[in-house]
Amino acid sequence: MCLAIPALVVSVTDKEKAIVDLDGVRKQISTTLTPEAGVGDYVIVHVGYAIGMLDPDEAQQTLQLFGELVAMSESAR
Amino acid sequence: MKYIDEFRDGKIARKIATRIAYEVEDERMYRFMEFCGGHTHAIARYGITDLLPASVKMIHGPGCPVCVLPIGRIDQAIRLAMQENVMLCTYGDVMRVPASDGLSLLRARSQGADIRMVYSATDALELARQYPNREVVFLAIGFETTTPPTALIIRQAVTESLGNFSVLCNHVLTPSAITHILQSPVAGNSSSASIDGFVGPAHVSIVIGYRPYETFAREYRKPVVIAGFEPLDVMQSILMLVKQVNEQRYEVENEFTRAVDRDGNTAAQSVMNDVFRLRESFEWRGLGNVTHSALQVRNRYRTFDAEQRFSLTFNTVPDHRQCDCGAILRGVKQPTDCRLFARVCTPENPMGSCMVSSEGACAAHYSYGRFRDIAVVAEEA
Repeated sequence: MCLAIPALVVSVTDKEKAIVDLDGVRKQISTTLTPEAGVGDYVIVHVGYAIGMLDPDEAQQTLQLFGELVAMSESAR
Repeated sequence: MKYIDEFRDGKIARKIATRIAYEVEDERMYRFMEFCGGHTHAIARYGITDLLPASVKMIHGPGCPVCVLPIGRIDQAIRLAMQENVMLCTYGDVMRVPASDGLSLLRARSQGADIRMVYSATDALELARQYPNREVVFLAIGFETTTPPTALIIRQAVTESLGNFSVLCNHVLTPSAITHILQSPVAGNSSSASIDGFVGPAHVSIVIGYRPYETFAREYRKPVVIAGFEPLDVMQSILMLVKQVNEQRYEVENEFTRAVDRDGNTAAQSVMNDVFRLRESFEWRGLGNVTHSALQVRNRYRTFDAEQRFSLTFNTVPDHRQCDCGAILRGVKQPTDCRLFARVCTPENPMGSCMVSSEGACAAHYSYGRFRDIAVVAEEA
């Protein structure tokens, strides 16, 4: 029910509306709740609404953390 | 898909598992509740339980909106849908929830009620525009993730002066449900599970932020780690919880930093606050009546409140006698403890709500985990 997916904003069509790309599928969504969303941003889409922004730097840092963990457990052996 | 596939890497998951196994202390159990159905689903689908040491046990929480909706609320929606001229719209997940008299919204539709499945709240609004002579009602369910879109369509209906549109509001609140679980008597008397920490909500927290969990993490001395819905997010959050327990810390930590911050989406909070107010009390399946745990439409928008518009009443209806959904939702029982599980209750023919939604503990276990329960026996030649 709380399913939401990150999608790339490819164009801002109307006031508070944008077209997003979901792995090749294009869909119009509402950006009323994320007025700051612009072309090139990733938004989190739930039931046709962007409910939040995705921070690419933070995503990178989380992945890096996983990577460090892997290195750590490998060196522990 | 970007920002999804990277968080599903099995190789890294196994490395995090090694780390968890290294961190757990001997002779102690770690019992963590994943509140959200989204996490329950991920745990079952990606076999996360199999990656965890035997001393780490995951308890499924009540964070599945379809599962916690009591029978009485579905009955109320069906009664309304049976009224002449009403067109009831709702999300697909709700359609198959069993109600009284062998009915569900789907079965009520086959008996002639006009019930439509919508993907988005705006689709319901569009139906109201298309059918100006019909009473279009949106049966709204969901946690804080799903609430802001409902608030927005009510405001839009005001702007357009749509006189034939209303919302039957069943939106519920996450923090009050977690507090309720923590306030329940502690394990030993089997009415609630003993819990050492929480994997905290993902998408709910995008909206409300992680600040609301700080009070109870401190007061109830339970660590909370906000986690995304991908398997690596879940694994990492379990590792973070194990560390907090070992170090006797009771903090709110955020694993889902790519989407969640402390304050959440303030634009979404302000629109929710404008349209909705707290209900005194709301009945949850499994948890019973929980004070200040749900929302209702504010008086200034009352013409768009289906409960007021159609003078609807709510009657409590007991669950099926043999259905263990209530105990499962409290984290006291596992799906396999229920006598109906996988025998008469299956996703094709659900008897209880936990078997309906793919996020429900029973449906998740039935779809991905039930074969683990069967011991493998080598056949003699």
